[in-house]
Amino acid sequence: MMHSQLSAAVILFAAIFTNNVVLSNFLGLCSFLAVSKAVKSSIGLGVAVAFVMAATAGLNWLVYHHVLVPLGLTYLRFAVFILVIAGFVQFVEMAMERLAPALYFTLGIFLPLITVNCAVLGVALFMVIREYSFLESVAYGFGGGVGYLVAIMILATLRWRTRKSKVPPALQGAGIAVIMSGIMALGFVGLSGLITIN
Amino acid sequence: MITRKQLFVDGIFRQNAIYRQILGICSTLAVTNLLSNTLVMTLGLTFVTAMSSLTVSALRTVTPPRIRMMVQVMIIATYVIVIDLLLQAYLPEISRRLGPYVGLIITNCIIMGRAEAFAAKNPPWASFLDGLAMGLGYTMVLMGIAVVRELVGFGTLFGVTVLPAGFTRWTILTMAPGAFFMVGIVIWVMNTLDPPSKAGAPR
Repeated sequence: MMHSQLSAAVILFAAIFTNNVVLSNFLGLCSFLAVSKAVKSSIGLGVAVAFVMAATAGLNWLVYHHVLVPLGLTYLRFAVFILVIAGFVQFVEMAMERLAPALYFTLGIFLPLITVNCAVLGVALFMVIREYSFLESVAYGFGGGVGYLVAIMILATLRWRTRKSKVPPALQGAGIAVIMSGIMALGFVGLSGLITIN
Repeated sequence: MITRKQLFVDGIFRQNAIYRQILGICSTLAVTNLLSNTLVMTLGLTFVTAMSSLTVSALRTVTPPRIRMMVQVMIIATYVIVIDLLLQAYLPEISRRLGPYVGLIITNCIIMGRAEAFAAKNPPWASFLDGLAMGLGYTMVLMGIAVVRELVGFGTLFGVTVLPAGFTRWTILTMAPGAFFMVGIVIWVMNTLDPPSKAGAPR
């Protein structure tokens, strides 16, 4: 198998550029389109997603390979992964409020949004399908999160720059944001020859 | 109280999940390159939305408010696991092609959105119809996009070649950017044909 030979570093790079979670795997689009109206909150959400994704990819790998596989309960993975993600997000929210209140007020508001962000669950499911090792999973989770951050920052900046452009009324808002994402995706397709992960 | 007809008109057209509420876009983009994938995905989503709205509504008086979201997620996950096992057993090829996107029905914003906005405060039968209508609205848009992408991108419909061999395929439509452009065009066309009214803001 090819992917067992891929190093974690290659997966990290691929998750950001050639297999960007948002622009080539279509994950996390609801928050991607809704939050990118403002640059500042986009960065906040992106950082929070990157952190949660890296941590939950590792946690879910441990739960899947050391609890679900030995017990033969792999068909319950959807329910278990989402519980792990929700539990982790809740824990981080409480810890942050207590230990770093300043950080809580800037990033904390984005945390509840992340539980139902399909990118976080999607990363966990891809990790199972592609049979990644623990290190590869964490690298994929972190790379996926950084890829999300890069994509949402670019879109937020583009939307800011084009806020005074004359867009047809029926396309204003989400419509033109989706078209701009398409053009960004076209740019990322140009990078796809660099590395291939299936 | 909204009439049944109103529920369907809202779910399919006025409050369409995709082009009006911009929800559930992930799977819209990911599965629409082939009609067979799209059909299975839309049937699965419609089933899960209708059934989880019914269940959330039936349990709405006994669900503790503090853990409401968690209960809803677990209800949705149960139905998604049912769909996933059925697909693996009877349609293994399509199950493999859909990959993680079946599991991702759990985090599809449409289902959580309907559970929160409608099922949590309406009786079970109305919630079931609301979920069904939302699912049908989703089905309509996805099938429309899939017909264009498969026909122009591959020259086939349901895997059967329909366009003459001399036709130049628009490969871009089968790739990621084409999916984004198609959704953008659908939003554009539908907002032109049926402009959103201020009074019809999402309830």
